[in-house]
Amino acid sequence: MEEPIIRVNHLQTYFYVDSRISRAVDDVSFSIPKGKIVCIVGESGCGKSVTALSLLRLISDPGKILGGEVLFQEQDVLKMNTKDLHNLRGNQISMIFQEPMTSLNPVFTIGRQIVETIVEHTLLDEKQAWKKAVGLIERVDLPRAEQIMTSYPHELSGGMLQRVMIAIALSCDPSLLIADEPTTALDVTIQAQVLDLLKGIRDESDMSILFITHDLGVVAEIADYVIVMYAGKKIEEAPIIDLFQNPRHPYTKGLLKSRPIIGQHQDRLYSIRGQVPDLSELGQNCYFCDRCEECLDICKEKYPPYLSDGSQHNTACWLYEKGELNESASGTN
Amino acid sequence: MSTIKQKPAAERKKSKSIWTESFRRLLKNKTAVFSACFLILMFLFSFVGPLLSPYGADAMDVTLMKYPPSLFHWLGTDDYGRDVLTRLMTAGQISLTVGLASMVLSLVLGALLGAIAGYYGGIVDSMIMRIADILLSIPSLPLLIIIAALLSEFKVPTDYRIYIVMMMISFVGWPRLARLIRGQILSLREQMYIKAADVLGLSSRRKIFHHLLPNTYPLLIVVATLQTAAGILNESTLSFLGLGVVAPTATWGNMITIANNLIDFQKRPWLWIPPGMAIFLTVVAINVLGDAIRDVLDPKMKGR
Amino acid sequence: MSQPLVQINDLKKYFPIKSSFFGKPTGYIKAVDGISLQIEKGEAFGLVGESGSGKSTLGQTILRMHEKTSGQILFDGKDIHTISKKELVHLRTRMQYIFQDPYSSLNPKIRIGDAIGEPLLEHGLATKSDVDDKVGNILTMCGMAPRFMDRYPHEFSGGQRQRIVIARAMALNPDFIVADEPVSSLDVSIQAQIINLFSDLREQRELSYLFISHDLSIVEHLCSRIAIMYLGIIVELATRDELFSNPVHPYTKALLSAVPIPDPTLDRHRIELKGDIPSPEKPPSGCRFHTRCPFAKDICREQVPELRQANEDHQVACHLF
Repeated sequence: MEEPIIRVNHLQTYFYVDSRISRAVDDVSFSIPKGKIVCIVGESGCGKSVTALSLLRLISDPGKILGGEVLFQEQDVLKMNTKDLHNLRGNQISMIFQEPMTSLNPVFTIGRQIVETIVEHTLLDEKQAWKKAVGLIERVDLPRAEQIMTSYPHELSGGMLQRVMIAIALSCDPSLLIADEPTTALDVTIQAQVLDLLKGIRDESDMSILFITHDLGVVAEIADYVIVMYAGKKIEEAPIIDLFQNPRHPYTKGLLKSRPIIGQHQDRLYSIRGQVPDLSELGQNCYFCDRCEECLDICKEKYPPYLSDGSQHNTACWLYEKGELNESASGTN
Repeated sequence: MSTIKQKPAAERKKSKSIWTESFRRLLKNKTAVFSACFLILMFLFSFVGPLLSPYGADAMDVTLMKYPPSLFHWLGTDDYGRDVLTRLMTAGQISLTVGLASMVLSLVLGALLGAIAGYYGGIVDSMIMRIADILLSIPSLPLLIIIAALLSEFKVPTDYRIYIVMMMISFVGWPRLARLIRGQILSLREQMYIKAADVLGLSSRRKIFHHLLPNTYPLLIVVATLQTAAGILNESTLSFLGLGVVAPTATWGNMITIANNLIDFQKRPWLWIPPGMAIFLTVVAINVLGDAIRDVLDPKMKGR
Repeated sequence: MSQPLVQINDLKKYFPIKSSFFGKPTGYIKAVDGISLQIEKGEAFGLVGESGSGKSTLGQTILRMHEKTSGQILFDGKDIHTISKKELVHLRTRMQYIFQDPYSSLNPKIRIGDAIGEPLLEHGLATKSDVDDKVGNILTMCGMAPRFMDRYPHEFSGGQRQRIVIARAMALNPDFIVADEPVSSLDVSIQAQIINLFSDLREQRELSYLFISHDLSIVEHLCSRIAIMYLGIIVELATRDELFSNPVHPYTKALLSAVPIPDPTLDRHRIELKGDIPSPEKPPSGCRFHTRCPFAKDICREQVPELRQANEDHQVACHLF
C-alpha cells in the first residue's frame, strides 16, 4: 500500500449504559492511503460510525475510547492536547454527516456559516473568505453561488445542502474527509451526483476519503478499499474488486447475495437468518456463528483471529484458518 | 397453541421494565427518596397520629388556654384549650385530602377535556380552549375569593364547605392541565402509530383511552404532584382568609389565622409555626418529588 | 378480465398552503395531480418515485387517510370516498397500510399482543377467548414466536418490529395492502427477510399490494407491474420485464442508471440529471420533467404529454417517444 495518511491501531471504543458495557468498536486497525477512498461497510450498530467519530475524538458520554492509537502525520490523535485537536479538526480532517439539514444552523445564511468556518481556520479576512466561499460553492457544482450564499438552509433541498456541507468541509483543504453515510438520506439520482462529486474532488486534490455506508452498491461505485465490520469488529478487508469477486467471510458473502439486483431476477432472495447480536451480550464465540451457514464447532467457542496472508485481502474467520483459503475462495461466486 | 399461554416468568417481568426502570432510577435520587419518606410520614402523622393522641381534636380544656408547649401538650394549647398537636394532625387530614381530591378532580377534568379538544379539533377544540383561556386569564385567587364569598352569602353548611372548596380548587386547576394535555395529544396524533390505528379502523373512544392518554401518563404524573401542592396551598390561602373550610373544622390554613392577632403572633409562636411549617414542608416535598419524577421520565435522560 | 380490485380514475389531491389566519390559501401543493391506474386481484403493483413525487400521498389517499380533491377510487366496485363512515370502518379490514418506519408505527405503551389483537376484537373477528390463539398464529406466520406477545415494542429490533407491523395488518385478513417503503429503514440483511415475507404472504393469501418504494431493485424483485411517478403524475407504467428491458421515459432511464449496483467492474453509462426535483407547488409547464431532462425540446416546455400506450403492456408520457 502507498504511504498511509492515517493509521488506526487496535482502536477500542466502549459505551457504558446502565452498568452494561457495549463494545461498539473492538480492536479495529486499518490505514487510509493518500488519495484513496476507503469504505467502511456494515449494518446499523456494527460500530462503523463510532469508528469514524473516534478518529476525531468526537465520542461523548457514555462512550469512551479505551485504547489504541490514531496516528495522523506521526501524531497520536488520542493523546493530543485540546489546541492541537482543534487545529486538526476542520483544518486537516473534516467530516460530513448523514443529515445535512441538522448539521447547519437554521437561523444563519449558508454564506455566513461557510465564511465563519474559513475565518476560524485561516488567516483570511471576511471579504477574502466570502470570495473563497463562492469559489467552494462553485467547486461543488452548485449553480448561482451568490444566491445560495445569501439563502437559509430551509430554502435548499437535501442534495444541495449536502453539497454545501461538502463545500464547508473542503474550506480548509483537508487531507482527509470523513463522510458518514452522506448519501443515505438522498434520492438515487441525487446520490449519484454526490458520489460523482466526491470522486471528482478526490481526483483533483488527492484528498483521502473515509466513507461510511451500509450500501454495498454505493461501495462498488466509490471505494478503492473496503473494510467490512460486524458487531464492533473488523471481519474482512480487501481492495474493492477483490472483495466483490472473492468475498471470504460468510457475512460478506451473505450481504452481497441478499440484495436484489436489477436484471438478475430471482424467485426468492437469499437472506441471512436471525439478527445482529446485542453488543453488550457478546461471548467468546465468533459473533456471527449463530447466523452463519458454514459454522464450525470452533466458531462457537473462540473468536477467530484476524488473518493476514500477505496480500491485502484479510479476514477473521475460522474457515480460512486451516489452509481452506484457496479452495473456498475459488468456490464462491 | 397451548404454549402461547405459558410465558416464562422472566419475560413477564421484563415487559414491565419501563416503569420498574424509572422507579429504580428514582430510588437513586436522594432528595426524591427523602421527600417521599417525608410525605409518607406526614400521612401517617395526619391519619394515624390522632388515634395515638390522648386528646380529642375538638376537646376543650378551659383550664389550659393558650398554654405553651409542655410535657402533656407537646405543642401547647390554643385559645380554647385544645391540644395543638392533635389539631395539627386532624388539620393535616383535611388539607391533604383536599389537595389530593382536588388534584384527582382537576386531573380527570383536564385530561378528559384536553384529550377531547386535542383529538377532535375544530369547533369542539375552540370551545373548550376558549373556556380554558377565560379561566386562565382571571387570576385564580380573586376568582376563588369571589366564589367563596358567594358561598358564605348563601350560608352553605360548614360540613359541605370542604367539598365545595375541593371543587372550586379543581375548577381553577383544570384549564392549565387541559392545555398541556391538548398540546401533547396534538403532537401524538401526528405519530405514525395513531395513523396506523386510524387505518386499522379503531373507534375514537379506543384511540383516545388506549392509545393517546397512556402516552401522556408521564406528563400527568408530574402535573398531578404539582397540582396537589397547588391544591394544598390554595386551600390554606382560602382557609386563612376565612373563606375556605371554617372553624370548628381545623385545617392548616385556618390554624394560621391566629397569626393575624399581633399578640399571638409575637408571644405564642407555637400556635402558628407548626401549621406554617407543615404547609411549607409538605408543599416543598411534593414539588421536589414532582421534579425528580419528571427527570426520571424524561426520555432524554435515557441516553437517547 | 374481471373487474380490478382497485380502480383509480383521474385522482387529484392538493394540499392548501395557508398564508394568514383567515386568508384563503395562497397556493396548492399538487401532491397527486391526475392519476389513473388499476390494481388487479393478487397483483403486486410497484410505485416508484423520488421524495416529493407524491407517491406516499397517493397511497394514503387511496385508503382515504386524506380526503381526495377530485377523482374517483373504486375498491371492489365501491367508491370509498362516498360510502358512509360505517361502511368505511368495515372496509378498513380489507385494506391495510404499512408505514415506512416500524419504530414509530407501534404505540410504545401497548404490548404487541394487544396491538395485534385489538383491531380483531374491535371488528368482531375474534372473541376474548380465542384472540390470543389468533394473534399467536399470525405472529408465527410472520416469523415471530407467539411468546413475544407480552412484550413492549421497545424490546424489539427494527426488523422484528416491521414483522409485528405486518402481522398487525395481516391479522385482519385484508385483500389489499399499501406498503409504503416498508424496508427502507431496515438493514440490508434484514431487508431480504422482510421482502421474502412479503412474497410468501402474497402467495399464501392472494393479496394485492401497492408497493411504494424509491428503490427500483426491490420493486423489480417484488412487483409484476410498475409505475414511475414524477411530481404527482405517472410518467411511465409497464410490466416489470417491459420496463426494465425497454425503458422509454428519460426519467426512468436516469433512475435506472443511478441505482448503485454492487459490481465494481461494471462500467456504466450514467444519464446525469440536472438539479433537484422542482417544488410540487408550481410544477413546470408542459412536461414536468423538462427542467431536468437531458433531451428536452421546445414542445416539452409547452405541451403536456399524455400517457400513451406504447404497446400492450407499456404506457408512457413523453413527447419524444
